[in-house]
Amino acid sequence: MDGITLALSKGRIFEETLPLLAAAGIVPQENPETSRKLIIGTNRPNVRLVIVRATDTPTYVQWGAADLGIAGKDVLLEHGGAGLYVPLDLKIACCRLCVAVPEGFDYAAATRPGSRIRVATKYIATARQHFAAKGVHVDLIKLYGSMELAPLVGLADAIVDLVSSGGTLRANQLAEVEEIMPISSRLIVNQAALKLKQDRLQPVIDAFAGAIGHE
Amino acid sequence: MRWVLPEYIQDVLPDEAATIERLRRGLLDAFAASGYQLVQPPLLEYMDSLLTGAGRDLRLRTVQLVDQLSGRTMGVRADMTPQVARIDAHLLNRHGVTRLCYCGSVLHTLPASLSATREPLQIGAELYGHAGLEADAEILRLLADGLGVVGLAQWRLDLGHMGLFRALAGLAELSGEREEVVFDLLQAKDAPSLAEVLAEVPEPARAALLALPGLYGGREVLTQARQRLPDDDAVRQALNDLEHLAETLTDLPVRFDLSDLRGYHYHSGVVFAAYGAGQPGAIALGGRYDLIGQDFGRGRPATGFSMDLRQLVLAVDCPPRRGGILAPTDSAADGEVARLRSAGEVVMRALPGHDGTWREAGCDRQLVCRSGQWAVVPLQE
Repeated sequence: MDGITLALSKGRIFEETLPLLAAAGIVPQENPETSRKLIIGTNRPNVRLVIVRATDTPTYVQWGAADLGIAGKDVLLEHGGAGLYVPLDLKIACCRLCVAVPEGFDYAAATRPGSRIRVATKYIATARQHFAAKGVHVDLIKLYGSMELAPLVGLADAIVDLVSSGGTLRANQLAEVEEIMPISSRLIVNQAALKLKQDRLQPVIDAFAGAIGHE
Repeated sequence: MRWVLPEYIQDVLPDEAATIERLRRGLLDAFAASGYQLVQPPLLEYMDSLLTGAGRDLRLRTVQLVDQLSGRTMGVRADMTPQVARIDAHLLNRHGVTRLCYCGSVLHTLPASLSATREPLQIGAELYGHAGLEADAEILRLLADGLGVVGLAQWRLDLGHMGLFRALAGLAELSGEREEVVFDLLQAKDAPSLAEVLAEVPEPARAALLALPGLYGGREVLTQARQRLPDDDAVRQALNDLEHLAETLTDLPVRFDLSDLRGYHYHSGVVFAAYGAGQPGAIALGGRYDLIGQDFGRGRPATGFSMDLRQLVLAVDCPPRRGGILAPTDSAADGEVARLRSAGEVVMRALPGHDGTWREAGCDRQLVCRSGQWAVVPLQE
């Protein structure tokens, strides 16, 4: 494949990547929200976008199915990031990874060192590391969506999830009690692609860096 | 569900096996032609000696078992390089230059690379007893020769230097766990996280470490590095080394990546990786590791590289195998069969009662006797 392939997920990451792509002179020919195509061409014949699930972006780039990708830090932490370069914080799709509990739940008491807490999340690795660092035993329950429901129906004491505005938490009588880390999307690059196609990839990376005010 | 192999463990079937064997012979012949002598270290050893010199990297990757004879813990080798270093330092005890090569299976507890195997077929060459850049250049040329033998369409060598990282880590007063974190972030060119971790580190070390991930590309990188890295003896030495190699190896596709150091804790000087078109990761890794022999009682300068033939074979075309000749079992054909075989043909005898087609068995021609004359004709079934 002589051209370059960029993997990204639709929704917020796609929307907020559009200005960066524009800075690199790349304009997608279709909108993935309305098109059902998974491979989207651009105004540049040698640049294409592949639309993947957010959690799959690092995998596509790691295996070289895409040269570049845009993935949230949350996704990269869970994936492990082996075999990837992560040269830029694009400062898009910003939110935070938080612990939330039902209103009135005594989180401080429940997470005294040595205590045990049941946590529902899709961020198993990150949650495990966070509670291990606090010295709290944790029973992790892997869920794939609607984390907020788990404490309400007695499935878990707390959740670890991404919070943007906090609206969903409030609507379900949950409160954010601890921020684990701020999250934003990163540019990821396949290692061999950067070596073998630097002439084509570097202008895109530099344009992204310029657009976010780097260097 | 029966006969299912463990995950990341594969059989190699005839076409691929033939190609792997062709590459193995071609590479070992190329190594031998440059004076690299073949050694065959054992499949397993006591853990203490397996992990000497490279322990931190290999412990978790080594499959362990208990020796019924001695009660000691043994490991199945996860990397042959430390074994070959042990042979050089401890068994051969030669003075001066020793050139060794090897090829064998190694076992990993978890797949280490994207080739998705836990049983790489490692092949490599090591040069001991010479600390000069001439040795680094020789090893790089040998790798280039090897990749030529393999017949890769497009490849390039990326050079780095451990001396740069060690010098900058020293300036930044990094040590222990923090040094490893910074090392790992450099491998990932993770500039955003690096900026967080290095926030407290004094200048100019901080700016220099932050500049490293961006210093990759052609020879201009070395010029940029001289401008952006501090004017320190070790830094200057490392950049001079790379510059010298660039001048020596002008005919090879050499590039530079000053943060690509590839994790091997035992590396010390010039390190390198080879990348090939269509392969998501590096296809060969190597570099200088002058320190490893010390643990075996004799510190010797050393440099070398290794590759995984199972990964390499994915990057080359498996040419269709030449069809064989089907010959009758009649002993009258023996002479002609021997003649054809010595002329390089594959000749199979048509065992009676064969159930399938001979084409499936790999024949496309047959030996027939026509009016007393042996002739090879297209296979008719």
